[in-house]
Amino acid sequence: MSRSFLGWPAFPQASEREVGNRQLRENVRRATHTIRGKRAVLAAERPDWEQLRDSAAAIKDQVLAGLEEHLLRVEEKVTAAGGTVHWARDAAEANRIVTDLVRATGEREIVKVKSMLTEEIGLDAALEAAGINARETDLAATIVQLGDDLPSHVVVPALHRNRTEIREIFAREMGRHGRPAPEGLTDDPAELAEAARLHLREKFLGAKVAVSGANFVVAETGTLVVVESEGNGRMCLTLADTLISVVGIEKTVPTWQDLEVFLQLLARNATGERMAPYTSTWTGTVDGDGPRDFHLVLVDNGRTRALADPVGRQALRCIRCGACMNTCPVYERTGGHAYGSVYPGPIGAILNPLLKGVDDSQTASLPYASTLCGACNEVCPVRIRFTDVLLDLRAQVADGGQHPVERAALGAVGAVMERPAAWKAAVKGAGLVGPLLPGRTRLPGPLGGWTENRALPDVPRESFRSWWKRNEGERA
Amino acid sequence: MTAGTAREEILRRIRAAAVPPAPEPPRHYLRHAPGLDPHDREAGLALFAERLEEYGARVLRADAPGPAVARVLDDEGARSLVVPDGLPADWTAGWTGRVRVDRPPLGKAELDATDAVLTGCAAAVADSGTLVLDGGAAQGRRAATLLPDLHVCVVRAAQVHSALPGALARLDPARPLTFVSGPSATADIEMIRVKGVHGPRRLAVVLLE
Amino acid sequence: MPPNAPRSRTALFVTCLNDTLFPGTGRAAVTLLRRLGVEVDFPAAQSCCGQMHFNTGYRRETARLARHFVDTFADYEEIVVPSASCAGMPAESYPLAAEAAGDPGLAREVAELAPRVVELTEYLTDRLGVEQVGAYFPHRVTYHPTCHSLRATGLGERPHRLLRAVAGIDYVELPAQEECCGFGGTFSVKNPAVSGAMNGDKARHVLETGASVLAAVDNSCLMNIGGRLTRDGHPVRTLHLVEILARTERDGPLPGLPVVEAVR
Repeated sequence: MSRSFLGWPAFPQASEREVGNRQLRENVRRATHTIRGKRAVLAAERPDWEQLRDSAAAIKDQVLAGLEEHLLRVEEKVTAAGGTVHWARDAAEANRIVTDLVRATGEREIVKVKSMLTEEIGLDAALEAAGINARETDLAATIVQLGDDLPSHVVVPALHRNRTEIREIFAREMGRHGRPAPEGLTDDPAELAEAARLHLREKFLGAKVAVSGANFVVAETGTLVVVESEGNGRMCLTLADTLISVVGIEKTVPTWQDLEVFLQLLARNATGERMAPYTSTWTGTVDGDGPRDFHLVLVDNGRTRALADPVGRQALRCIRCGACMNTCPVYERTGGHAYGSVYPGPIGAILNPLLKGVDDSQTASLPYASTLCGACNEVCPVRIRFTDVLLDLRAQVADGGQHPVERAALGAVGAVMERPAAWKAAVKGAGLVGPLLPGRTRLPGPLGGWTENRALPDVPRESFRSWWKRNEGERA
Repeated sequence: MTAGTAREEILRRIRAAAVPPAPEPPRHYLRHAPGLDPHDREAGLALFAERLEEYGARVLRADAPGPAVARVLDDEGARSLVVPDGLPADWTAGWTGRVRVDRPPLGKAELDATDAVLTGCAAAVADSGTLVLDGGAAQGRRAATLLPDLHVCVVRAAQVHSALPGALARLDPARPLTFVSGPSATADIEMIRVKGVHGPRRLAVVLLE
Repeated sequence: MPPNAPRSRTALFVTCLNDTLFPGTGRAAVTLLRRLGVEVDFPAAQSCCGQMHFNTGYRRETARLARHFVDTFADYEEIVVPSASCAGMPAESYPLAAEAAGDPGLAREVAELAPRVVELTEYLTDRLGVEQVGAYFPHRVTYHPTCHSLRATGLGERPHRLLRAVAGIDYVELPAQEECCGFGGTFSVKNPAVSGAMNGDKARHVLETGASVLAAVDNSCLMNIGGRLTRDGHPVRTLHLVEILARTERDGPLPGLPVVEAVR
């Protein structure tokens, strides 16, 4: 049975659990630091890196400004090239469309290329409920699926697992789903990759139906683009008779030429490579080469909600490179599961509330899952201003009346601060209680967490303003 | 029909979002490889070879394809080879192993059981060490370049573009394209790069001057 | 002279945190600026920039504090702030607060005032054009670039250059210095576990330098890191950068700190 993030606790509770897991923290720290270093070298290699980012952001803004036109062109071009286009308003509709398409083939086992959108909509579970076994083929997605786990990163969904854990999962689970792991499997990454190759090869050779996402859909030509490293994408896109690609409506780019921007940015920023080993593009179907049937399912599932948010819509520029989470100091300590979504890290902290709204405590906690340090702003290839969106979403949460006590408290503090006489009295008061405080080392109530692992500063006997008054009095 | 309803509803929501028009994107990035004189052909070829070797691909620079192809296949221990229909006969003339032409198309299992595949390419990119296959002359269908474990690709010097923009402009998006930048790889285990998962684990390029 | 007319063209906005908990920073700012020939005024009506309100989502409440800030400082030609994050508020956040409050008048006044609000380090290097400020501090010091100073204000190497120019100092680079300390205002209250984990790593890096003083340009972050160091029993002092720059040879070493041999 597939696990899901349904009913996940809010970020403070979920992250507290994850922070306490030393193994997890060490795994995530090691992986994110490795990729951070590689990305920095490859980005620095381009003297025109900032110009590429400028172009990428502007192209994506053009996509969003003309989304209707671009989608209609995609539909027209894909249809003309022999494909069939479907539209889905939400997850349930998308899952129903894919399930019906697979059912029509009569197949009970299908292969999948890693796709965050199909994770978002819970496609594997929906197919399972219809008696269809969807096998993930990306190495990390395979680790997550075999481990009955949840993805924790958009590029490397099993980033929270180390080699020892992966070996155990492979040795235990592969045999239950097909070819077992080789005898005496060690935790050498090359051996683990070889075990996945052998396990999945028979599935590729036998698969009649494949499901993929897409990194980009070119409106001008109706071309879909999948960027990958292992070759599992090529296997699925090439060997199946029926290919179903499930794609978010924001994945369009206007022209073929636009790919020269995104393909030069994506791998450098995602994995620290100049290009990913494989980039596949296809337009509809081709006689004698690849699938005979091609279906494109265009999915909204909250994207038009995000589109209507004037500040937040920039999150739809995202090309899922994962650099924001690789660089995020919060993600580094919590891993991805704390965010309660297939989109973790800074992009998850803004995208989930934008897609779903901030009406429940889980999504409402995400805009606060950041110190606003701004490291993500600096690495984003499409120049999403994460901190701007986080602050705007916090205002939406506050305005939504989620935190009435907090609003009252901050309102009361503000009322004192804007009245000079009241503020002077308050500061003076603080100076008076100063000598009483040092013996007290823990704050009460909601502030208690702060003093859990920090001492409070000594409160000085004299405020600055008292000193100034005395000092100036002497000077005058 | 519900499909029509979903389509209309999504388009209506997009219109309702009332996104203001966006300016024409700037394009001030380089159109050639950074640090490379775009007119220096030899430097471009050297960079192409260097990038491929960084990926762990083998590169042979040659005047004629036959002997180089035979050498690679022998060195790699290949005993069977699949070639696309219409591949120039002299490319395999010097090799004594078993050559099968993909006509009629070989089954998946047959391809999987073949040691190597030999193709040309549609274009190449020096900056990223990339080969592009488009199913055209001397390239064949995608399955044939995927299942054998060794891919030998013959690239003519004139096909090598300095950077991606030049190559993309020459390619036909209506054809199914595969951009290959080194052998199959993964970094899914602790972000450590491991060569060779599902695609060909070995890649060799014969660069024809 | 009317009671509200400024005596100087330059005002010190000391910030509410410094006023109440870190008055030494304000005193040092006054000392240093006077030494450099700048007569600063302290408008007593000042209180808080409203950063905590804004960053927690309370924009209309922020607008009221923005109004108060504008009224307090409108007559000054430059407003110097010993805190990078507070210094950024008028330019970065007040326009959004004014918009949320539906107050275009406030937005106009903020637009007029904001360019005159400047963080202290930037004031020294860019407005006064000094890096050598005549300071003496014979101790081992490391420096944490706070996120706001590093990424929003873009102070870059300015604080490092000021520190390296201090006579007698033994300045050591902090490992992984660009990483956030985990404070984040309300973040440290709403997410104490994650904040504590980040802070623990920061404190560890500080200890690795062997410094007896950790400096920064935001006392809020120093309160966070210093709180951890103190709780764990480490005698590292935290000081706002200006408290180092204000000290001269006449002041001698800071009492209670190990003195380093003259480096140059």
